[in-house]
Amino acid sequence: KKKKRTMRGTWVAQSSTFPSPGHPEIYPLVLTTQTQEIFNCRIDEDVTDEKPYKLIKKEDILADFKNRAAVSDFYPVKKVIQEYPGDDLLVVYDKDFRYGLNFYLIGTEEGKENYLNRPEVPEEQEEYKEHTSEDLYINKPPISKPWVSLGSEKEIDEESVKESAKQITYMISRKRSEFGAPVKFRDQNASSVKDAYIECTAYPDKNFIVKQLEKDVGMQVVPKVKDTSTQTRWTYPKNASTQYYPREFSEEEKEIFGQSKPLIDFLNNASISVEIALQQNEIMNTFIDDWKCLAEEEGTFGDKTDTHLKEYQSFTDLHNLTENMVTSVSWHPTIYGLIAVSVAVRLSLEDRVHFSGKLLLQPSLILFWSFSDPIHPQLMLESPDDIFCFKFCPSDPNIIAGGCINGQIVLWDITAHADRIENIKTGGSRSKKATLKPMFLLEPDSNKEAMYIRHCAVSSIENGHKKVITDIHWLSDTFEINRMGSVFENRNGICCQLVTCSADCTICFWDIRSQKALTPPPIEKKKEESIEIPFDVPSTFLHLDLSWKPLIKIRLSKGETSLDHCPTKISLSEDHLLYKAQDKILAQSKVVKAGEMNPYHNLEGALANNLKPIEDFCTKFFVGTEEGGVIYTDWKMERDPETGRLMAKKPVSLYAVHDGAVHTVQRSPFYKDIILTIGGWNLAIWKEGITTGPLLQSCCAPKRYTAGHWSLTRPGVFYIGREDGYIDIWDLLEKTHEPAQSQNICITMITYIKPWTFTAKQQFIAIADYYGTLHILEIPWTLSHPSTNEASSMSYYFEREVKHLEYVERRKKIREQEKKEMELELEKKKTKTYQKSKEQMEAELKADYDNYLELEKNTLINLGLIKVPETMSFMELM
Amino acid sequence: RRGWRGGEGLSLPCPRGRPSPAGPGAVAKAEVEETLKRIQSHKGVMGTMVVNAEGIPIRTTLDNSTTVQYAGLLHQLTMKAKSTVRDIDPQNDLTFLRIRSKKHEIMVAPDKEYLLIVIQNPCE
Repeated sequence: KKKKRTMRGTWVAQSSTFPSPGHPEIYPLVLTTQTQEIFNCRIDEDVTDEKPYKLIKKEDILADFKNRAAVSDFYPVKKVIQEYPGDDLLVVYDKDFRYGLNFYLIGTEEGKENYLNRPEVPEEQEEYKEHTSEDLYINKPPISKPWVSLGSEKEIDEESVKESAKQITYMISRKRSEFGAPVKFRDQNASSVKDAYIECTAYPDKNFIVKQLEKDVGMQVVPKVKDTSTQTRWTYPKNASTQYYPREFSEEEKEIFGQSKPLIDFLNNASISVEIALQQNEIMNTFIDDWKCLAEEEGTFGDKTDTHLKEYQSFTDLHNLTENMVTSVSWHPTIYGLIAVSVAVRLSLEDRVHFSGKLLLQPSLILFWSFSDPIHPQLMLESPDDIFCFKFCPSDPNIIAGGCINGQIVLWDITAHADRIENIKTGGSRSKKATLKPMFLLEPDSNKEAMYIRHCAVSSIENGHKKVITDIHWLSDTFEINRMGSVFENRNGICCQLVTCSADCTICFWDIRSQKALTPPPIEKKKEESIEIPFDVPSTFLHLDLSWKPLIKIRLSKGETSLDHCPTKISLSEDHLLYKAQDKILAQSKVVKAGEMNPYHNLEGALANNLKPIEDFCTKFFVGTEEGGVIYTDWKMERDPETGRLMAKKPVSLYAVHDGAVHTVQRSPFYKDIILTIGGWNLAIWKEGITTGPLLQSCCAPKRYTAGHWSLTRPGVFYIGREDGYIDIWDLLEKTHEPAQSQNICITMITYIKPWTFTAKQQFIAIADYYGTLHILEIPWTLSHPSTNEASSMSYYFEREVKHLEYVERRKKIREQEKKEMELELEKKKTKTYQKSKEQMEAELKADYDNYLELEKNTLINLGLIKVPETMSFMELM
Repeated sequence: RRGWRGGEGLSLPCPRGRPSPAGPGAVAKAEVEETLKRIQSHKGVMGTMVVNAEGIPIRTTLDNSTTVQYAGLLHQLTMKAKSTVRDIDPQNDLTFLRIRSKKHEIMVAPDKEYLLIVIQNPCE
């Protein structure tokens, strides 16, 4: 019996007649269940782990052989059992299959005794076991066994090469005489000799033709690859430059040329054709595309006939319970969709005094509204009192200056909250119905809670304005002025000066940098407690807080009378740049952010003394007054020769054109010398430099004008708000005597208008009304896009108006002249008629009387009352 | 748009101013100056210059750097235009070169030895 080889390649032993290799007395056996029952060596019942062996009598096994013959499990070891000397054979349960099968028979007495003795001495047996197992595995040299033929010799036989036949030997020898002689071999064709060979010709055997239809051929295309390398000199890049200068002639050479004849001839010839060409160009531009010039702008966006302002959004502060009105509106210069609104309480002076206690508790605010959230303002700036005007600083939109009702200027610095307003996410649900909940019921929503920001600094109360500040402007960052009003260049690159005008008849210029030249404060003031600044207020303007004094104070006096002009709005010459400089602001504000230090946080530096003065700077500006006058005055101070004090110059000109307070004095964004003033019931357009009067003065409107603004993109358009909530849109190219269109916005008086351009396609106008609502409307295409020649048309219009004014002046003079002449003539005539003599008059009287008598007589005759003398013929009577 | 024309120009009689009564050298110089002045006084003319065959300016009304730049560039362009015209027809020759650009027009009158360049702004 052979040893089987399983799939895994392990040996599985079968009961074999031979003991397992290495264990001469051990014969592995498979005992089936039946056998186990017969011999009472059932697994786990008779044969357990403690007693894994069973002594079986030899006679029993032999009996089993007789009974079951070859089927008996002991059959393979029959011979061993028969030869076994003893009576009892030891069969051991091989639980672990150590010898390959589940039982094994110990075939010798010694082995049996060894095995049986082992459990008696467990420890020694174990060691012995181990020892013996070691011996069995390692030390036992292989014993040679008789070779068992397994058939391999047959294989070898088959494959070995044997001689099938005996080899034939031929011995060839030469003749003895030729031994040692060179051998001559020659060739012989086999076919020349008959039967020298037997040919087996190849013939195509049809049985063996296999046509190969397909042939798998593998080929390798290997190009001849050759690796070569060379060492090159690596040249690194080097900057090379050439400096050259053009060849030129010296002066003498030029002179020589100038006198040479060829040059003269050449010039004479060439100038002919050149002049022809020049004249051709002067006559007509041949390259003009007429079609292009005829057409208006490219495809319009939206309906061209749509000229109405469309309502976009409106903002109302629902949390504040008092009735407010909006006093000033300003769009954020850089952030899209952010607009700031200053609100004031809608009370007259008496009521303010009456309710002053209540008013103190409520903070006066500037609210920041964003398009994305119509209910909650994004930021709220607190101020000590109601703000009537405010402006963003052009060079840093995080600085805001506002003018209060009590005459103080308030400064805010919102740099810390700048990222809050820049990334405004749209509020959760933009409900159309405004939920009117009182403030204490609203749950504080962490990202919706508007931030209250305290002001940074306020101006000094004693030294500033005494009454409400009506207008505030930042001076452009290109210049700065000193105490005398002289203009110097601004090295800081930022706006650092402000101008304000107030109802106390003064105009003040302020500087936000600290004044180094101040006298050191007296010791008494030092004893005052220093006010602690709350931690959340930035210290940008700490040096100004409560001690800020104006740089220049100009009093608009009317001369000898005590009443002064009360300015309401001013317009400086550089303001118009601020409309167009949006891109510039963006670039500047970015620079400010990217730089290490925000220049506004570094204002402690004193005014530099060595600044370059700017000459030819126009220091004049327009002021609108409360009485309706427009003043053109100068801010340069002059020294009064008597007192030595600085005094303002007298105004250049004063016009009284309006019937009410002038609330808008604005330069056109397109022409820096055209100013629009609106007040009372009419408006006027002025040109700087023309002192005879306004270019255009409208007639009285049916309703009072309360707000106004130029359009930012169309030179001839401006918007006026009325007291009944209507907007009048004037287009000077269309009509100059009345507005081009009117549109109703709200029910109450409009207090402020501010348009703003975001993109070329989107232009908004913010309209604030008396009840505190801010309406945002979208300006349609027709009102925001100028026609192709609008700018030049407007310029022509203004020029025509100027000429008209001049003409009127001239005509006035001429008329005066004529009038004088006429009067003279009239005088002359009068004196002539007076020279008629008395006699002439009497003669005339008599002649008249005679005529009358004649007439009387004729009438009576005709009536038949008087008899006609008969001498008269009938014919004469007729 | 640009356009330049080569070929023959029209010829018109042109009035001459009388020469000043002085020496011949002065006469010549005066004539040169007078011609240039006349050209310069035309409407819209921004600059006039006379350049020799190698591109070195002789007379100019513009500043030095501009003159040198114009002279160098236009000289090369004129040479190129001239060679183009003559390549097409060897019996032809360049008489006038006008370059019209968006902002102005440059006129070049070439000669064997000299070049007269005039820059005009035709629009206004």
